[in-house]
Amino acid sequence: MFERLQNSRNALGYVFMLPAAVLLIGLLAYPLGLGTWLGFTDAKIGRPGQWVGLENFSYLVTDSVTQLALFNTLFYTVVASALKFVLGLYLALLLNKNLPFKSFFRAVVLLPWIVPTALSAIAFWWLYDAQFSVLSWVLTRLGLIDRYIDFLGDPWNARLSTIAANVWRGVPFVAISLLAGLQTISPSYYEASAIDGATPWQQFRHVTLPLLTPIIAVVMTFSVLFTFTDFQLIYVLTRGGPLNATHLMATLAFQRGIPGGSLGEGAALATLMVPFLLAAVMFSYFGLQRRAWQQGGDK
Amino acid sequence: MSSPNDDVVGMDYLQSLPRRWVTIYIPLGIFVFVLLFPFYWMVVTSVKPNEDLLSRDANPFWTLKPTLAHFHKLLFETPYPEWLWNTVVVSVVSTAVSLVAAVLAAYAIERLRFQGAKPAGGAIFLAYLVPPSILFIPLSTIIFQLGLFDTRMALILSYPTFLIPFCTWLLMGYFRSIPFELEECALIDGASRWQILTKIVLPLAVPGLISAGIFAFTLSWNEFIYALTFVSSSENKTVPVGVVTELVEGDVYHWGALMAGALLGSLPVAFIYSFFVEHYVSGMTGSVKE
Repeated sequence: MFERLQNSRNALGYVFMLPAAVLLIGLLAYPLGLGTWLGFTDAKIGRPGQWVGLENFSYLVTDSVTQLALFNTLFYTVVASALKFVLGLYLALLLNKNLPFKSFFRAVVLLPWIVPTALSAIAFWWLYDAQFSVLSWVLTRLGLIDRYIDFLGDPWNARLSTIAANVWRGVPFVAISLLAGLQTISPSYYEASAIDGATPWQQFRHVTLPLLTPIIAVVMTFSVLFTFTDFQLIYVLTRGGPLNATHLMATLAFQRGIPGGSLGEGAALATLMVPFLLAAVMFSYFGLQRRAWQQGGDK
Repeated sequence: MSSPNDDVVGMDYLQSLPRRWVTIYIPLGIFVFVLLFPFYWMVVTSVKPNEDLLSRDANPFWTLKPTLAHFHKLLFETPYPEWLWNTVVVSVVSTAVSLVAAVLAAYAIERLRFQGAKPAGGAIFLAYLVPPSILFIPLSTIIFQLGLFDTRMALILSYPTFLIPFCTWLLMGYFRSIPFELEECALIDGASRWQILTKIVLPLAVPGLISAGIFAFTLSWNEFIYALTFVSSSENKTVPVGVVTELVEGDVYHWGALMAGALLGSLPVAFIYSFFVEHYVSGMTGSVKE
């Protein structure tokens, strides 16, 4: 029996898959389904829910806080992802130059990405402090402002400040991933185009960018995914305030579901994220992939 | 991860030195400054005495009276050491569990090629795309029903849901790079599949195992939303959650202690990372390149 198992690829394959499958089906696929179901119930903490149909959703689409959170999430995702892409690509291009201490720079640049976000967010909280912010201190000394900036107390300031912290954390990931892509581009393309009289901008536009597109598609898909579902940065910096101006879907789902106790409503909010998430992933993945295919990429 | 053109200068020699300063070194310097400044700020704040912290006149970038009082307070007057210990236990155990499950799954999908291996691989990738922030509410009800609420076990069981897909995906790439012929030789010599896995494939995949291990360890060390939701009592909290929820008391922020806590909580991952940068980077970019 044991001998047979050892030599049957199917049987052995299923045995090997078992631990991963049990954990992923029990604690990932099942909760995913359960979450969708909870969204259609009025479950509270400590009380199993009754089926209420679309009641949660029809309430949420008219709820002004949810609408604001949706706007915030889209704004946060679009602005932060665009900035991460531009700055990350720029940093990758800089790091791809022939630099002294190249590996040192590469290692140092990645630091913001590897330390716990909750902890670096605390550092940003202190940098954004209304009374003792060092940023305000420098700007006052330079004579640029005469009053300390209320980074997290004003709705638009808070939105932009949280985006800045998110970009700070996300740029290294984009830069290092794109750098790996840049390093696979053979220098002979640049030499050939230079001989043909291409300017640096033309080289970037017609050599670097097309060859990098497949990797950009994947990196930005991940980046959009992380940004859209961000939770910890907002939770630490503002908890959604001031006046819900920075609430994202994820932080609102947490607030309604866990401290608020309305599991059904929280689950419905989380479920509402899924279509947007799918759309964002489809857009960045297929949109960019099709371009790669049109340009003769092999992916 | 040495790239093919590392030692090729390309056409950079055509650029003059002043031009390189303006187009490369100065922008790069600004990037590095901005990316590292928050860390410098953590360090400086954590050694500043309180009167310096709450003064607008002193030079904020430096202190003349460095003090370890904040670290002392953190380590002896708060449950911080317990949080550190919890984080270590949870990260190490969930990483180990995930690695074992991921090695088996990746080997089965990539090499045993059982019926349904392809869909299984696709499902693993899709599982990697499911974000924790849409799972935490239903997971919390499951954790509650299992009677695991407010235990370290809740975290040890829930972290593999994002670690296994990642590690499996990474290891599938590594296993793919090991030639089939090696396994065929071993099969002819009468080795069992288990022997092939432990004696041939795993030793060759050590760099991949290190990448996956380091990555999984940092991911679980940094995890926040599950730890915030599934654990409520102070002695079971992890460092990120403990610092955020317990060190902030009312309206008086103990910035020195907060920064000391953030610094100490970041050091272990930064330390491990500094030893395995190459593995880390290849793990990260490898997972993206697929």
